[in-house]
Amino acid sequence: MFDEEGMDEIRQIFLEESTEGLDVMESGLLALEPGAADMETINDIFRAAHSIKGGGGTFGFLEVSDFTHWVETILDEMRSGERDVTEHGITLLLESVDCLRGMMDTINAKSDYDTPRISALQARIQALLDGSDQPPAAESVDTSEAESSALVSEEPAVETLMEPEQPTDDLLPESAEQEVTADVPPEVKEAKLEPKTEQKEAPTTESKSPKAAPESGGSSIRVNVEKVDSLLNLVGELVITQSMLGRFKKEFNVNDLSDLRDGLAQLESNTRELQESAMQIRMLPIKVAFSRFTRLVRDLSRSLGKKVKLELLGEQTELDKTVLEKIGDPLVHLVRNSLDHGIETVEKRIAAGKSEEGLLRLSAFHEAGHIVIEISDDGAGLNRDRILAKAIDRGLVSEDEQLTDDAIHMLIFNAGFSTADQVSDLSGRGVGMDVVRRNIQDLGGRIDIESELGVGSKFTIRLPLTLAILDGQLVRVGKEIYIVPLLSIVESVFINPERVNVVANNSMLYRLREEFLPITDLRAICGGYHKDMTLNVDELNDKLLVVIETAGKRYGIVVDDLEDQQQVVIKGLENNYKHVHGLAGATILGDGSVALILDIPGLAQRCFSDAVTTDQVASA
Amino acid sequence: MNQVQTEYESELDLSPDVLQFLTFILNGEEYGVDILKVQGIQGWTKVTPIPNTPDFMLGVINLRGAVVPIVDLRKRFQLEEVGYGPTTVVIVVKVRDDDGERVVGLVVDAVSEVYNVNSREIKPSPNFSGSISTEYIRGLSMIENKMVILLEIDSLVNAGVLDLVPNELVS
Repeated sequence: MFDEEGMDEIRQIFLEESTEGLDVMESGLLALEPGAADMETINDIFRAAHSIKGGGGTFGFLEVSDFTHWVETILDEMRSGERDVTEHGITLLLESVDCLRGMMDTINAKSDYDTPRISALQARIQALLDGSDQPPAAESVDTSEAESSALVSEEPAVETLMEPEQPTDDLLPESAEQEVTADVPPEVKEAKLEPKTEQKEAPTTESKSPKAAPESGGSSIRVNVEKVDSLLNLVGELVITQSMLGRFKKEFNVNDLSDLRDGLAQLESNTRELQESAMQIRMLPIKVAFSRFTRLVRDLSRSLGKKVKLELLGEQTELDKTVLEKIGDPLVHLVRNSLDHGIETVEKRIAAGKSEEGLLRLSAFHEAGHIVIEISDDGAGLNRDRILAKAIDRGLVSEDEQLTDDAIHMLIFNAGFSTADQVSDLSGRGVGMDVVRRNIQDLGGRIDIESELGVGSKFTIRLPLTLAILDGQLVRVGKEIYIVPLLSIVESVFINPERVNVVANNSMLYRLREEFLPITDLRAICGGYHKDMTLNVDELNDKLLVVIETAGKRYGIVVDDLEDQQQVVIKGLENNYKHVHGLAGATILGDGSVALILDIPGLAQRCFSDAVTTDQVASA
Repeated sequence: MNQVQTEYESELDLSPDVLQFLTFILNGEEYGVDILKVQGIQGWTKVTPIPNTPDFMLGVINLRGAVVPIVDLRKRFQLEEVGYGPTTVVIVVKVRDDDGERVVGLVVDAVSEVYNVNSREIKPSPNFSGSISTEYIRGLSMIENKMVILLEIDSLVNAGVLDLVPNELVS
């Protein structure tokens, strides 16, 4: 019927729609309270399940439609009031969502279904349907009874993290078949038989982790029609402005000058709005990234035996799709950290005079062209003394060094600063805080910590709204203009040559208030063209020092002058040349010339890695 | 009728055996570049130098919104520097490599002509010590009693220019 390519396309559409449906189901299920049947929520979940079932049937993924049918049956009974909404039911349905996710991955990877897992879950669903939370009805064989009753008594959250049990071969197909004859439409019945045979052929199929993340195949984007309409509106306006300006092409006399000026002003505002509107198309609400935390926090807090309330604020805050995709992992890590190390157990909380339920708050908001994401908890806070002790132990700082609390907190972002004596299965996942910070810096953002022992911690992530545009400070060196990302600049000061100290190896330090900064001349950095330029103290008069901060350390860069601050569109040098160390790319300025954008972390690494660091000087 | 004629003619020109080359002058020698690789010819504009690149990499320019590197072929092949005169131009070529296409500007002394060359008339290049190493030469052709060196522009620009790193990085 379809060629291979057409089939791929259909598969992709089905996967995208189903993944969305599964997200709806999951968030709906998490919102359900046991005992209270919120009809609207149940209806939402039911509808989502129904669409997945329908889609599965239509596109020929009968295993999916078949499995979803069982889920739908439970939901239908809940909807009609025949079945109470129980904790066990919700957990089972959540597991089914996970299982369906697994099936979606299977379809995406075109591999074989995890049949044992599907059948096992199906059997448990059936047990629930047959006996409504009771052990399965009489006709079921002992093993099934043992299995499902064991599960009822088990901690549900732990269960979801466990590998699914291997079902017994002889029982499941049989019981499934009975159900088929009862109420499954004939076309589904046919499909029903498939998993059974597959299971016998390949009973050793490896069980996949139930928490496999849904793969987002392809990179299409769903855009709100309103955004497209507004873009089209703006294009319309642009066309009008263009025709207005176009008439000057035919004839122009001096009296038209003010019209021309108006027209150009309008063109400018059209262009700016059009740019913003086009950017909007790539913007997605952060809800997409936040939504997974409801489930994560629910499961994790149970397995840790903690009570945690999750508060999500500003879910509608929008940010660029690329940024959104890349911020997911660091956020997960920080949330895990807060749950694992931040929020205390119920007993400890009571002992500390806190409410027994911990509060984890994720909030997002826009601030001056950036998006700010805050992860705060009212847990134990960072232990300043222990971090310091560990840093001294590892030789990151020296013992007699005076550090502010903030500086100490930032130490946890150092590579190798794993909280070794607190390793658990949650935090020992190979992503250290240094990786979190690096990921955020790669996105052109920064992370800060506020923490008070015993009161809680707050991690603040600041990210640019988009990766395509950057807030830049234009600096001049000789005749060339370079762009320093505004986010890395702490301050800029006039250089007082008396405060410059030359130390061995021609390194230079600048005493800025009570701090010694390694400094270098941008000319020296751009040495390829100014080989003869060396930093000369006498020449530093009247020059400016741009103080930059990266990886928690501060450095100074000497420039001739500061020019404008402006938003610049980043153009990669890789497109036509290659990556050049120390440069993040280039941009085109208003006069049509090209200016290079400095890659501050890269430069710092290159220019200052061997330089005397602040710490060593202070302790000397 | 007229149009049919034109199409017929151009078909003749572009028959598989006939190749068109744009030729340029560099240090008195004439070199040919497959015209299908040429994007355009650019007058001299201000170049933004890129630090820590070889000296023949003059920098980048803004070519209709794209950031395009500019290479001085004289410097690249260590020819005597003559300074830029009124005929100095930038030939913008689009070359292909494993990763895709790159647009690069080449500074040459002057552009010369467009020639039709029958591929059967291209002689393999003997090993000789010209300005440009023979590995970047596709062959030689005699046109109007002049020898034209036909370049293998893809490998010249990719391997011979862009992928080179500066000999010494200033620390």
